[in-house]
Amino acid sequence: MVDPVFVSRLQFALTTIVHIVFPVVSMGLAPFLVYFTYKDLWGADPVYGQLRRFWSKIFAVSFVVGTVTGLVLEFEFGTNFAGFAAFAGPLFGGPLAVEGMMAFFLEATFLGVFLFGRERVGRVGYFAAAVLVALGSWLSAIWILVANSWMQNPQGFVIASQNGHRVVQLVDPVAAYLNPRFPWMFFHMQNAAVLSVALGMAGLAVYRLDVDVEHETFWKTSLKVALVVLMITAPLQVVQGDGYARHVYNTQPEKFAAMEAVYNTESYVPEYIFAFPTSLDGFRNPRTKDLFGLGIPGGASWLASGGDSHATIQGLTEFQGTPPVAIVFWSFRLMVGMGFWFVLLAFWAGYRWRTGELYEDQLLHRALRYSAVLGFVAVETGWIVTEVGRQPWVVQGVMRTSNAVSPSLTGTEAVFTLSGFIVGYVALLVVYIYVVSRIVREGPPDLPTERGDEPTGDDAVAADGSGR
Amino acid sequence: MSYFGPDATPLFALPLAEVWFVATLAFLATFLFLDGFDFGIGILYAGRSDAERETLLAVIGPFWDGNEVWLVVFGGALFAAFPPVYAALFSRNYLLLFGVLFALGLRGIAPEFREQRDDDRWRRIWDASFVLGSAGAPFLLGAFAANWVLGRSGFGIPSFAVGLTVVLLCVTEGAVFLAMKADETLGADARRLAVRGALAYLVWVVITLAYLYAFVPATRATLSSIGAVAAVVLALILVAVTVFAARHGSDHVALAAAGGQSYVLVILIGLLLYPVVDPASGLTVSEAFVPPLVANLMTVAGIVLIPVIVFNLAVLYRVFAGPIRGGETY
Repeated sequence: MVDPVFVSRLQFALTTIVHIVFPVVSMGLAPFLVYFTYKDLWGADPVYGQLRRFWSKIFAVSFVVGTVTGLVLEFEFGTNFAGFAAFAGPLFGGPLAVEGMMAFFLEATFLGVFLFGRERVGRVGYFAAAVLVALGSWLSAIWILVANSWMQNPQGFVIASQNGHRVVQLVDPVAAYLNPRFPWMFFHMQNAAVLSVALGMAGLAVYRLDVDVEHETFWKTSLKVALVVLMITAPLQVVQGDGYARHVYNTQPEKFAAMEAVYNTESYVPEYIFAFPTSLDGFRNPRTKDLFGLGIPGGASWLASGGDSHATIQGLTEFQGTPPVAIVFWSFRLMVGMGFWFVLLAFWAGYRWRTGELYEDQLLHRALRYSAVLGFVAVETGWIVTEVGRQPWVVQGVMRTSNAVSPSLTGTEAVFTLSGFIVGYVALLVVYIYVVSRIVREGPPDLPTERGDEPTGDDAVAADGSGR
Repeated sequence: MSYFGPDATPLFALPLAEVWFVATLAFLATFLFLDGFDFGIGILYAGRSDAERETLLAVIGPFWDGNEVWLVVFGGALFAAFPPVYAALFSRNYLLLFGVLFALGLRGIAPEFREQRDDDRWRRIWDASFVLGSAGAPFLLGAFAANWVLGRSGFGIPSFAVGLTVVLLCVTEGAVFLAMKADETLGADARRLAVRGALAYLVWVVITLAYLYAFVPATRATLSSIGAVAAVVLALILVAVTVFAARHGSDHVALAAAGGQSYVLVILIGLLLYPVVDPASGLTVSEAFVPPLVANLMTVAGIVLIPVIVFNLAVLYRVFAGPIRGGETY
């Protein structure tokens, strides 16, 4: 029979990989929307009204899909990972409950006002709604990452016994919930979200500039706003990511060893650009040790220690259980590679902007277009490094993933729901992409005839296509 | 630091396990009330014309997302306060809960996607999804509640009976909420539906309780207790108020009575459970509860956050108070 542990892990991987796209869209778009709303309400340029309305449509669709796919994750802790829920719940459940009460509520309630209430509230009230929606989406990330950072770097607890079962018991809330891992993760994640949306916005803008001449100003403004944000976030991500990797080396050395494929403790470890197994058998084993690689001598040591290329790195053989090294190794390389590419793009675009050739450089346009979704790919690979790199543990060094799965779950049930998710989520993604591309093709809503006059009635109908 | 240190004692010496048992069920009841009318409107949606459907979607448009958060909060509170119950209950009702998720997903995305294309077949598909999801979610949640209270899994007669109870409750709530928001013609229709819904609910609750009393001996002692009898009498009164108010066009009273009905239903669940919280494993409320330190932290968070939530909701419902306006299509 199929192993319910394996299927549950696959299902959780699939449901998280799909889910994370939508919070990234909403968290990343949130600051843009606050800015557009501000400029729309108090500025003189009518293009910001279009920007606000166009991008909030995409926000709305993404938020709804994020809600329904996010609920799945909360339920899966109970349905598929009952072992984990019962064991870690006394510490881990709190942040999730607070996330619902504090963040999700704020976002969902004021999104109603933000999307439907422009005619019912004043300028200040409407701007407050935009800020609260943004705040809610970012607060969500805080609580989710408080919970996740504890799984990476568990502290502030003891193992106790309750009703004859081993459970985690919180003893030091500050150590557990204000985990040193948390600020690294939070910055990296939020900056990645904004960066991903900026890339998406820039890619979309250059693409539409070619075909949607009617709305040239709209797409040019989108492009410029996106590029400013890209020029700030892309370099920040690389610089901060370097510090984050060092933090991982200090707190989760086994994950760092997997990221760099270091098996034996060595000094002067090279930073591989690429590496592959030296035997055919090795290709079938993600943990194979015989590697041939090309790299920068001493590079990994240099990164881990922050400047000493002769520093010693602990190898995987020193730890109990290793993650599938190849997955972690390659995901890390993809993420870092894309990170540098984004920096290059940002400087390239900035240079062209300065020389006044931003709209002429076709090669740059093509590069931006092809990079439109790469931010999201980088987020996915980053989370794969984080989560797969923690294996075989669900709580690093405390609980193994194999002990986390619900004991009552059968392989048949798990396969049944996993198949349902594969079919359902493919359909969901197809429809989501279809809907977003329709919103894009329809272009920005037409400008209201009079300034400050919010379009109502017919215009609102026309905006969603039903009036045509 | 005796409240927040390693050897913490319960905050203000409160019986926190009981407090959280009540709070968790109150979240469930509030979800059943607020998202209940979303579900109900989704079910009533099946029998309406295209123009009316736009109105129905506009009625719940600004609210449903916030309403559904109560389910997230119920799940979160159960997980945080009674982790072993969350684990046991959710893994035991594995397929049922994925059915709930599927239904909620379907009804959540349907209106959003429906509006994107002016094409008859496209709209019919999302209309059907919306109705199916709106009926399926309360039905399966009712079945889940029955399994919880009776310590069962799978899908038996009680699951079906309670599932239908919740569906009928949602239809009543949906009709009443619609009456408040819609114009004259649709409003009058909605009031008639509210009366029928409330009466059907009453009949079905009586049948369900009679069935439980006769065929599930474990429920007998509770059902004949003073508390349960009082709850049933209260349910009766609320049905009468709903019917009377709907007939006389007092929509706010009708909404309060129909909404109150969800609390009565959840009180009944609480009475059937207490002092046990998971009948299948026999864990009591205090056995399954988290230790005092976590409990204190959560309680403080709740004391701070719940008034904020209520305030936010009040703002939302105030902004969108009164009937739907002409231009407010979904």
